[in-house]
Formats: sequence, structure tokens, C-alpha cells
Amino acid sequence: MRLAELLISAALMALSVFFMAYAVELPIGWEPGAGPGGGAFPFWLGLIMLIASAVVFVRELSNAHHVWRRYSGVDEAGNPRPAGHAPGDESDDPFIEPSAVRDILIASGALFATIAAMPIVGTYVAVPLFLIAYLRFFAGHGWLLTGLIALITPIVMFFFFEVTLKILLPKGATEPLFIPLYAIFF
Amino acid sequence: MEVFGLLASGFAESLSLLNITVILVGVTAGLFIGAMPGLGSVNGVAILLPITFLVPPASAIIFLGALYYGAMNGGAISSILLGIPGASTAVATTFDGRPMAQKGEAGFALIAAAVASFVGGTISVILFTLFAAPLADVALAFGPAEEFALVLLAFTTFVGLGGDDIWKTIVMIALGLVLSTIGLDLISGQPRLIFFDNPGLYSGVNFLVLAIGVYGIGEILWTLEQNRKGETTLTTPNITFAEIAAGMRKLVATAKTMMSGSFLGFFVGMLPAAGATPASLMAYGIARSGSKRPETFGKGNVEGVVAPECANNAASTGSLLPMLTLGIPGSPTTALLLGGMVMWGLTPGPMLFIEEPGFVWGLISSLYTANIFALLVNLALIPLFVYALRTPFTVLCAIVFVLCIIGGYAPNQKMFDVWMIAGFGVAGYLLRKADYPLAPLVLALVLGPLMEKSLRQALISAQGDPMTFLERPISATFVAIAALLFLAPAVKSLLRRRRAVAAPAE
Repeated sequence: MRLAELLISAALMALSVFFMAYAVELPIGWEPGAGPGGGAFPFWLGLIMLIASAVVFVRELSNAHHVWRRYSGVDEAGNPRPAGHAPGDESDDPFIEPSAVRDILIASGALFATIAAMPIVGTYVAVPLFLIAYLRFFAGHGWLLTGLIALITPIVMFFFFEVTLKILLPKGATEPLFIPLYAIFF
Repeated sequence: MEVFGLLASGFAESLSLLNITVILVGVTAGLFIGAMPGLGSVNGVAILLPITFLVPPASAIIFLGALYYGAMNGGAISSILLGIPGASTAVATTFDGRPMAQKGEAGFALIAAAVASFVGGTISVILFTLFAAPLADVALAFGPAEEFALVLLAFTTFVGLGGDDIWKTIVMIALGLVLSTIGLDLISGQPRLIFFDNPGLYSGVNFLVLAIGVYGIGEILWTLEQNRKGETTLTTPNITFAEIAAGMRKLVATAKTMMSGSFLGFFVGMLPAAGATPASLMAYGIARSGSKRPETFGKGNVEGVVAPECANNAASTGSLLPMLTLGIPGSPTTALLLGGMVMWGLTPGPMLFIEEPGFVWGLISSLYTANIFALLVNLALIPLFVYALRTPFTVLCAIVFVLCIIGGYAPNQKMFDVWMIAGFGVAGYLLRKADYPLAPLVLALVLGPLMEKSLRQALISAQGDPMTFLERPISATFVAIAALLFLAPAVKSLLRRRRAVAAPAE
């Protein structure tokens, strides 16, 4: 928990420095008679973000020190702790429920893979593949339910976005297959 | 009164066949989304906003308004039947709604929740109707200085009243505001913060990309984890017409609770940092402390269902008031509505009442209709909701992911946006795990351009003199309240420390 908190606040600090580095490309100072320049708003807000996340970082760091002490078997005063003394506060909970880590990694992995596949093999291949992989192999639903969802979703998508809204979804390599369909619906 | 004429013309607009259909579909979709554990109004609006391109902008906003109401009503369904709040706004409904279901009164609890939502919604829409035009008139006098001070005030409510970690809240506000500056400088037109010269950033970070990421992908990842904790049992209610009639008669006794819950909800809902969840918790607390038998609360007292359900619906209307009249959203959901309206060229604020009266009053009148539809659909479709609650979460998760990907691609047709959605989704999930509040982030991204523009315009017209914010009375008042709110947590902790030091000495 503590480590994750520290990493997140450190990442936010890095991000704010990154923002500020880009913001200085435009004037960040006070232009006489006109107020702040174009880079001022992102720069100074980036600085506020840096300070606030630094406060969070330092605060977590000092807490981490206490936690380390507790685990190392000495209390705040440096005296040895009785054995088996369990630190009870919530900061000792894992950052992510261990049993859920796998699920969350699989779900986000599948999401990223689907997005990466969309421009290559086309939305109408990537989305059904995602649905089959996720529903059948990850969630363990039957082929009937999986098949129905994997079949109906792309059909609804096609009629809603392409036919009704005239928004063309990425097709990638499957583009030629859609030319006859375009001829029918447009 | 002039208001009635305007409202009547609004009804003429909103009762077209298209708009009635839109309200009915919106309310029904909202009820289902609200009923699904984990998904609430803000998720529904974020995920479904792209599909509203199907209808004209005015109808799209009416749809989203109806969805907002539906989701507020629907949240109670899983609170009562599963004991899991359907949305954070329905947390307080579980306190007495679940015990009622366990006592075999699930049907009565659902009826009470539906009727209370209707009463809360209707009372708040009446308040809305009365306050909207006068507030917009006042706001007409606002110049850039007042606009800036008002946005500042909106953000400081998160610091002073938000209840989240103050430093983390400030990080999120600053992050949202910096993200809003990506793209072209509003005044000089120069490109700025184009990271790695990525051409996708010239048009800036669309609020929808962040919202779909955080409230679509992020919310699903969050719920994936939450759902692993423990098994739940679904109570199946039986509802007959006789029961509905008997329930309505019994609810007359709760009229006082309904009134206080509705008024409280409306006014708490107007504050950007508060909104429907705290409003419903406060209403629950007041109902209990004002009750003759407070010990029955938590054990299935119907007043404990009525109070929060009135308040959360009233709060959703309350949060629309500053959004529509001042252009300052009162909740994350209304922040998304605001973003949507700006996208469609309907900039909220006092000018909207003058330039687009047909739209404004059409929307307000549609809220009355949406309330009635929500009540009827809610009661009529209860068996369907029971069935929908059996939907395995993995199916919902897969479908929401697909909706997020395609819905995120549709507005600008750029794969870059979809990548950003996925990135914001994972980042939003991790930030939420580490207790960073996400509402100020979304609000800051939506309000960022207004804040910067009004700040710089005010300074340009005052020849760069920052005292302009303090010399204008309205702006000075806003700045003063903002300063008080900003300092409130520091003063509070100082007092607490002094008391803690003083106490052992006694």
C-alpha cells in the first residue's frame, strides 16, 4: 500500500515537472498591460501540482518510516516490540486485492490488445475476438451466450455507427470485405 | 407569472414525438444503468454520450437529463434487492432498504424508493423552475472577472467541503486544469504542451476522452475488484397493483421526511463538491434524528428509504441549476452534460436563456416528464430489473469495454483518442485506489478553458491589474468566500490541534 502510494505521488511529481518543461516554451511571466502569457497557466498550475504531490510524497514517506519501524520489531522510541504484535491500521492492506490482480491485468491487457488490433485487423474482427476471449476463456461462459454476444454486438455496431451515423469504424485489412456492404447501405 | 408562459412553451417543445421517445428511452436506460451495481449516472452519461449523436443536440441533452434521473431512481433497486448500492448515490438507501427486503417488504421498499424519487425530483424541478430565470438574470451582469471568481469558488468547495484529502484534491484540480491547456493557447493561438510533437494533441484533451476513461474503463476495473468480496443474495419481490395502492397510502405518513429530504437535496446538490451522495446521507441522518423512533432506523424503517431517495434525485436537479444558469456544473455528471452542450454549440450560462429559450425551457419541462416516466417505468419493469441484476458482471464488463472503445472513437474518429481512454482508465483506477478524488479532475478539465479565458480576459481589460478581481463587488465576494473555503481545513486542523494540546493540561 505505502509503496504504491509513494510511486503514484512520485509519478505525479514527475508528470508536473514534465508539464512545466513544456509550458516554458511559451511566455510564463507577466506581460505588462496584458497579464499572464500563454505558458503561465499550465506552468504555475504545474508548480502547484508539484508542490501538492510532493507534500503527499513526503507525508507517505514519514508514514512509511513508522511502518518500517513496526515491521522491524521496534517501536517509535526504538524499544523492541513484543513478538506477534500485528500492525492493525488499513495502511497494511495490499494496494490491490491480491485475488483481483490477475483479473484486472487480464481485463486491461485484453483492452489494450483489442485497441492495438483495431487498425490492423479491423474493428469487426478485433471486437468479436475480444468478446470471445473475454467471455468464453476468461469468464467461462458457455459458447451459446458468448456466440450470441459476439455476433450481435458487431451487427448492432455496424447499423448504428456506419449506417445511421455515417461514422466509419477502422477496418484495417478487412476493408475490401465491406465494399459490397457499403454499396447496399449508402 | 412569466415563468408559466415560458414553461408552457417549453412543454410544447419537449412533448414532440421525438422528445417523448428520447425521454422514455433515456429513463429506461438510466434505470438499468443505475440498477447495475457499480454503474451510476455519471458512468451512464459518459459511456452513452457518443451514441446521442443520433438525435439533434437539444434532444441529446434531454436524453442525458432523463438518463440522469433514471440512474438516480435505479440506484435504489440493487440497494434494496442485493444490498449493494447500485451507485454511490444510493449508499444510504441500503441502510434501511436492505433490512426491509430481508423482512419480506422488498416490494414496499421499491415502491417507496420509486415514489420518493418522483417526489424529490418533482419538488426540485419546481424549485429549479422558480430559481433558474432570476439566477440567470443576476448572472447576466457577470463579466470575465466574476466568471473567474466563480470558477475559483467552485474549486475551493472541493478543498473546503469535499471531505477528501486536501493535498490530493489540489493535485487533481491542478492536473485537470493543466490537461485542459493542452492544444492551442486560447488568446494567442500558439500551440502549447504538444508532448513529443504528437499531432493528436493539437485539438486538446477532449473531456469525453477523460470521462469515458475514468468513468467507463476505470469504473469497470474498480468494480472487477470490489465484486470479488463476498457472495450476495438477490431478493425477488412480488409487486401487484393492490400492493402499489396500499404502499402509496402508507407513504402519506412520510410526507414530512420527503419534503425535508427534497429541499435539503436540492440545495446540497448545487455545491460542486457535495452532490447526491452526501445529500442522501445527510437526509438520512436528519430523518433519523427527527424521528420519534430513531431506534427503528437501520432495521427496515421506510423513512430511511424515503429520505435518501428524495434527496439524491433532488440533488441531481440541484446540480443542474448552476450548470445551466452560471455554466458551473454542480456534479461530475452535470460537468459531462456541460461538456456535451459546449460540443454541440450550446454554451451554458445566462446567455443561453436569452439566445436559446426554446432549448432551455424545453429541457426544464422535459425534467417534469422524465420524473413521471421514471416512476411509471420503474414500477412497471421491476421484474425485468430483477432479471437484469442476474446478469453476470463479466458480460456487463465486456459490453461496457466495447462501448467505451467504439464510443471514444466515434466523436473524432482518431485511434489516438481510444489509446488515451485506455490510458486514463488505468491511471484513473490507480489514482482512485490511492484515494485521489476524480470528480475535481473531471470538473477541472471541463472548466479549465473558461477559467483561463476569463482570467486573462479580465486582466487584459484591466490593463493587467490583478486588483480588478477585488474591486468589482460580486467578484470580490466570490473571491472572499473562496479564500474562506480554502483556509477552512487549515483553520479546522489548527483548532483541533490546539484543543488536543489543551485537553491533557486540564
